[in-house]
Amino acid sequence: MTGLFSEVFLSALLFGAVTAAIPLLLAGLGEQMSEKAGVLNIGIEGMMLAGAYLGFVGSFYSGSLWLGFLTGAAGGVAVALIMALLCVRIGLNQIVIGIALTLGLEGLTALLHHFQFSRSYPRLPAADATVIPLLSDIPVIGPAFFKHHLIVYLAVALVFAMSYLYRRTQLGLNLQAAGDKPAALDVAGIDVVRTRTIAVLTTGALAGLGGAYLANVGAGLFIPFITNGAGFLGIVLAMLARGRPVWVLFGALLFGVCLSLTTAMQVAGINIPTDVIQMLPFLAVMIMLVLFGRRASLPAALGIPYERGAR
Amino acid sequence: MSSLSSSPAGKRDIVALEGVTKRFPGIVANDGIDLSIRPGEVHVLLGENGAGKSTLIGMLSGLLQPDEGRILVDGKPTPITSPRHALALGIGTVFQHMMLVPTLTVAENLLLGGPWWQRPRTEELAARVAEITRSLGITVKLHAKVSELSLGEQQQVEILRAMVRNSRLLILDESTSMLTPKGIEELGALMRRLAEKGLAIVFITHKLKEAAAFGDRISVLKLGRKVGEIPPERFRALGEQEIISEIVELMFGKRKDDPEAAQRPTRTIRADAAPLLQVADLSVAPTDNAPGLSSISFDIRPGEILGIAGIDGNGQKQLAEALAGQRAATRGSVRLEGTAIEAASVGERRKQGLRYLTDDRLGEGTVGTFPVSINFFLKQVGAAPFWRGGVEQRAEIDRRAAELVREYDVRTPSLKTPVARLSGGNIQKVLLARELAEGAKVVIFNKPTYGLDLANTLASRQRIRDTAARGLAVLLISTDLEELLSMCDRIAVIANGALVGTVGNTDDARTKVGRLMIGLAA
Repeated sequence: MTGLFSEVFLSALLFGAVTAAIPLLLAGLGEQMSEKAGVLNIGIEGMMLAGAYLGFVGSFYSGSLWLGFLTGAAGGVAVALIMALLCVRIGLNQIVIGIALTLGLEGLTALLHHFQFSRSYPRLPAADATVIPLLSDIPVIGPAFFKHHLIVYLAVALVFAMSYLYRRTQLGLNLQAAGDKPAALDVAGIDVVRTRTIAVLTTGALAGLGGAYLANVGAGLFIPFITNGAGFLGIVLAMLARGRPVWVLFGALLFGVCLSLTTAMQVAGINIPTDVIQMLPFLAVMIMLVLFGRRASLPAALGIPYERGAR
Repeated sequence: MSSLSSSPAGKRDIVALEGVTKRFPGIVANDGIDLSIRPGEVHVLLGENGAGKSTLIGMLSGLLQPDEGRILVDGKPTPITSPRHALALGIGTVFQHMMLVPTLTVAENLLLGGPWWQRPRTEELAARVAEITRSLGITVKLHAKVSELSLGEQQQVEILRAMVRNSRLLILDESTSMLTPKGIEELGALMRRLAEKGLAIVFITHKLKEAAAFGDRISVLKLGRKVGEIPPERFRALGEQEIISEIVELMFGKRKDDPEAAQRPTRTIRADAAPLLQVADLSVAPTDNAPGLSSISFDIRPGEILGIAGIDGNGQKQLAEALAGQRAATRGSVRLEGTAIEAASVGERRKQGLRYLTDDRLGEGTVGTFPVSINFFLKQVGAAPFWRGGVEQRAEIDRRAAELVREYDVRTPSLKTPVARLSGGNIQKVLLARELAEGAKVVIFNKPTYGLDLANTLASRQRIRDTAARGLAVLLISTDLEELLSMCDRIAVIANGALVGTVGNTDDARTKVGRLMIGLAA
């Protein structure tokens, strides 16, 4: 127990928390955009898996982590295209299609991985960290928060970019109107289907990127079902964040700490059954839902396909 | 601008409709409508529910496309393909249901629709809004959330939005229906100011007073057809009484060769019989989207049909539900055969003989996926002889259901068919069979023929007449005046949740009820 609260342990714990939080953050931000525009995107888990697999494959063959992020995002967009076509354009049930996409991608990525690598799990070299001068010298905090891959800082910057987008731009207004009162957006002369499609494709890109980060930086390898519910946690985060990107960041960090604690306590050899430790993140979800679930406010037209002049 | 309004002969139509027809499955919503809309003129469209007003607006605002006929903009045939197109043509619409995003501020709502890559031009908007509001004499809180505004304020925002977008034609779709009398007055004054500035205004209403007070030209729609127009010259020449009587005749006049016309059978109701249903001072609190009821009182004697006339959404459903026990009343008493039932539950009221036939046949009336047979006994689930010890008695249910199917002429492939697969008329028969079953004393019908075809409409009406003939008390709520005139003994008119008058169904009832419905004294 002596090592539990030492400086090194604490900074490793927080470092792990950030690493675990980034995929959740990206998924949460993506889901938030979809939901703002009125599309409940249950397929986000599938989009993350596509991103994880294609991101890993991209990096594995090119040797470039950035190319991997790109292919990962593209994978997410590809799945999102199906979602946009079926749910936004044709107006099929978003929940059914979302579940189908998630289940389908779970099987497909596992199958492709098996064909390609059989039962081996090749690793990528460890990701280069971008060390921020001065800040990284602060004890505990420095090594925990300021020695990450560049994409981590970009993901955090994205939180503020999203805030700006929602509060200050025309697109932000359009997205919110598409989710709260699509008919008003339509009579204002903006195509609701196009607005929602933009949102869903952006979600796909962010989820794919999150998946790619999870595989390439977080784990350094791809294994089937690697996302392990990260997309669903993203949905919870988006619902609890009440449309505010900053809350997605806080929520993602909280879940990140729980996930990191799971690993850290096992490493520290604390005498608690691992099954109990592994329950932690999900326990956190339940506690958060009990505490804040009541306050979650969702767009009025969430999950309802838009049809002009429907009567 | 003043030159436009001073030379009426030189005015050209901004928008004109020529023989526009629009069909929906089963109905012709607009049938060969001609309309001319001119600058500086308030063109009032008058008509009852289902007259086709909203469909006409849908076509002008680009939400719907006409099946036949054409729309001319500035004299050129122009199909209005989308809401965006309508806006570009200078046609701004204030819809009956607010088209503002409640979670955004007024300014954000006004900015909605700009190019997405642009930053919202807030400063430019503020200057433009200041200019417009000054010239119109209204005030608008730009930074308030729309959900915090009153309905009247929201409407001003919508009008302002049309002005910000440089509309030449402003369409107001039943804009006064949700406003207070003061709000209506303000809106009227605003319309006059806009018309003076040279705008063309189309104002849809079903209140004659408003039409006479704010309009220049009046067109009357009835059942999808335009049945008359009073141009400005005649409008000014005629006295108010003449205009009113002319419009009442146009709106409520008897149609010729009407297949629905049935001679009202003369029932003799014993005037000294004790009323079966006595309602006194019944009140219901209003909700966000529905009016309440204020102090409703009436009696119905055995064998009598009391009609409730009125424009849809004036508290009819609230009245029916309050009587049936589905909606809590804040005050008042309901007596059935002298027994107070206002505190009784829905089930107890039913047991005592109060039956309610809802207008929401598939929503609250039946369970669509259940077979026809079970739907007959939905309100008796668990009761003997159809259920014993919690177990469904299939044979007993089927036997009785088969009887009801025969008796009420329900056209169904089998007893096991899910009720939702039947036509509206046959679902209505299932409901009739269920609610008129043994023990009924007072029956409330809410829009019993709404959406039915002619044959089923006539059959339903006959069934209601038979019900009264058996000595039951009937409350018939309908928005179809012909229906009420052909069946009722007395007709009460409901407006804004209050009964504004009750008239006996005598020869001049049509005019009297019509006058009450459009807000005049009988």
